[in-house]
Amino acid sequence: MSTQSYRLRVNGADHEVAEGWIGESLLDVLRDRLGLPGAKNACEEGECGSCSVLVDGVLSCACLVLAAAAIGTEITTVEGLGAEGALTDVQQAFIDAGAVQCGFCTPGLIVAIHDLLDQDASPERLVVEEALSGNLCRCTGYGRILEAVDLVAARRSAS
Amino acid sequence: MTDVATHRRTGAPRVGESAPRPDGVAKVQGRFAFSSDLFAENLLWGQTIRSPHAHARIIDIDIREALSLPGVHAVLTADDVPGELHYGLEHQDQPVLAADVVRYFGEPVALVAADHPETARRAAAAVVVSYEPLTPLVDSALAAQADPIHPDGNVLRTLTIRHGDLDATAAVVVEGTYEVGMQDQAFMGPESGMALPSADGGVELFVSTQWLHADRRQVAGCLGLPEDMVRITLAGVGGAFGAREDLSLHVHLCLLSQHTGRPVKMVYRRPESFVGHVHRHPARMWYRHHADTDGTLVKVEARLLLDGGAYASSSLAVIANATCFAAGPYRVPHADIEGTVVRTNNPPCGAMRGFGAVQSCFAHEAQMDKLAAALALDPVELRRRNALATGDTLVTGQVITGAAPVAEVIDACASHPLPDLAAVDEQPMMHRPGGAGRTADAHHVRRATGFALGFKNLLFSEGFDDYSSAVCRLENGAVTITCACAEVGQGFVTLAQQIAREELGIDEIVLAPAETATVGSAGSTSASRQSWMSGGAVQAACRAVRGRVLQQVARRRGVALDGLVLRDGIIESLDGSVRVDLADAVDGPIEETAEYHHRPTQPLDENGQGDAHVSFAFAAHRAVVDVDPELGLVRVHDMTTAQDVGRVLNPLQAIGQIEGGTAQGVGLAVMEELIVEDGIIKNRSFTDYLIPTTLDMPTVRIAALIEEPEPDAPFGAKGIGEPPTISSTPAIVAALRAATGLELTRVPVRPQDIALPRS
Repeated sequence: MSTQSYRLRVNGADHEVAEGWIGESLLDVLRDRLGLPGAKNACEEGECGSCSVLVDGVLSCACLVLAAAAIGTEITTVEGLGAEGALTDVQQAFIDAGAVQCGFCTPGLIVAIHDLLDQDASPERLVVEEALSGNLCRCTGYGRILEAVDLVAARRSAS
Repeated sequence: MTDVATHRRTGAPRVGESAPRPDGVAKVQGRFAFSSDLFAENLLWGQTIRSPHAHARIIDIDIREALSLPGVHAVLTADDVPGELHYGLEHQDQPVLAADVVRYFGEPVALVAADHPETARRAAAAVVVSYEPLTPLVDSALAAQADPIHPDGNVLRTLTIRHGDLDATAAVVVEGTYEVGMQDQAFMGPESGMALPSADGGVELFVSTQWLHADRRQVAGCLGLPEDMVRITLAGVGGAFGAREDLSLHVHLCLLSQHTGRPVKMVYRRPESFVGHVHRHPARMWYRHHADTDGTLVKVEARLLLDGGAYASSSLAVIANATCFAAGPYRVPHADIEGTVVRTNNPPCGAMRGFGAVQSCFAHEAQMDKLAAALALDPVELRRRNALATGDTLVTGQVITGAAPVAEVIDACASHPLPDLAAVDEQPMMHRPGGAGRTADAHHVRRATGFALGFKNLLFSEGFDDYSSAVCRLENGAVTITCACAEVGQGFVTLAQQIAREELGIDEIVLAPAETATVGSAGSTSASRQSWMSGGAVQAACRAVRGRVLQQVARRRGVALDGLVLRDGIIESLDGSVRVDLADAVDGPIEETAEYHHRPTQPLDENGQGDAHVSFAFAAHRAVVDVDPELGLVRVHDMTTAQDVGRVLNPLQAIGQIEGGTAQGVGLAVMEELIVEDGIIKNRSFTDYLIPTTLDMPTVRIAALIEEPEPDAPFGAKGIGEPPTISSTPAIVAALRAATGLELTRVPVRPQDIALPRS
């Protein structure tokens, strides 16, 4: 297997990837080489959104990006959202609204919702449904997740 | 001992309140360690070689090339299994690795361990297995007469229920045949885990599962090790829904680790996951209902045939449920019901949320609507007239002694105001049948409602003693609870803390890891049983600790034991002479272990009669749908539900269970099916196996949680996970029938079933 050493910029820090197989996806490298397992591996074919990360600010499935193709980009994972272990408002709302069950879809949804609300501070329900329709959840039926989004929007507009 | 002056109640949520999940912060931050997140130094990666045939004889397995690849550390076959060659949840009939014959598509044949996951995949591809394909037995209706495809035969179980007068009939008779397709649990976290060799020659396994101790029994047997040399720890579970009740990669991981002496990790990808666990049984069901002209049910006849696939898994219990609850939650004085589950070369089927009751509920509710139409009665009224209540007798002869607020469930759901929905042509395109760009002409769309009622048993049945165990330790004022209950997302960890707080009045409750080495079995996280069984064990262990604390205080302070109370962390005597903080009341640690058993049940006799079940839970759903009859497309707008819950222990978690359970019923109604052709699953991805998204899911409105306490249950609470998945599917199909006038006898309802119905 042909390997290559390169550097990725993740959550504001440079990470060395030593002799990685060039076929490894960004998801593989984040999880197995960089100790960042927050992006999840529910389908590894771009259908479920559990591996959602931001690549240069664009919401992406890390499983569909070759890691070596992400050289030179700014990558943000769920681990890089909050400052120093503090919860973001979306994370707090997930807890408050009861949006977490097994939690496997949760990190991807947190990233996707931050992306949505950064673009539209108070989206209509249908906009939220469409924006999150690429994030599968099998536990919740989405009711508490949509509630969490509304909660964040309400709290942001109140503050 | 220090006397305290103030009465303390700091407000950490107790039983009945919406306590936050103890694992919530880690889960939202991406720090929670799921079974696919594990890592160890010197790690190897495992890969499974699987059968591409549904039925074939294995002629030869050539591992030489695979073994010669750089980075490959082991290639194992059935010859390398040191202990029992077969495992099974109830019946030990499934090979760890197929030796001479494969019986389903995707059956494991060989294993590889390598130093990189891609190396492992390439090595797996280099293992040359020579097969002689055999004709697969794929029609469940032919299985009983066909040549056996397994030494144990093709009929896994037949259960006959004969109740009352088998010759009884009545003025109105309706008959129907129904079918349920194969549904997948489709949990998000794929099968994964890690095994490490331990110093004593045993093995440590970290895995996502539903029942640690049942895993240990089977793994130890296959490894030829005593149980205490197999230590299994629950790794973070990404959903379960029944699919993790059977072993998947457990023994394989341990074999590779034992063989290489190194930690081995395995993670299924989604296509492998679809063949790596059991599914919901496909069913074919014939029914005939007899009723008086006033709608009183007189007799139900039914013949149920479930396809168990290649191995037994939990089929024996699934068919028992399907058969026992075949007549629905109604008073039925006469019944003639036979349920059979057979072995075929289709994918193995086993546990999935609702467990047999889902299949028969789809059929009995269709029959009730058919009967209502024949009687010109309102379907809800027909159900109300026949609804079970406490004191009524089931078709198994069992008298319901616990709570059965069925009429209340019906009334609460049916009387809830209909949703305030925009007219079809005012709906956003995304919310029209089929989504944006599909339904061109809103004027053809028809809207209708449907209603359904369902029930099932809680806890294990037929004489099985599925006890749970828990340890409570009080030390320096801190409480640690140890229980092997598998947390799969349902929120038992939250509940365990709430119960311990309730019993001991201490806010800080530490939960030790769920593992086999430190505590006895908790039983399975299934059958809506853990709130009751492991909740009961935690409660009993806490009460035992409380009892010992009070004894010590009574002895030291010279007061009567029955004059002492423990409330909110303070021990007080009724006469006011003692008032001491629990943290300061005792010197050394106090530890108590409790085993909780439910009241015993009985096996069913040759007529299917007996007190086989502990308790029952009921739910109703009302669905509102829009249908485009020309394109066969559907939009489910609203699911309103009411459920018999005994008592709500955590309102937020209860809502989550009901919304999530309803979603899986929506999926079965209109979209979810594993397409199996000649035994081969054709849609092994989320591209082709569709589960509801945010755009598919309707609003779920909970009309009422009916709180009639269950006398036997801790805190009076019934399990709540499964009922929402049972009545949701038939409510949607009832609405589709009302909208289209079609019979729609099969789920999932596909576009062609509506647009191109067979006449």
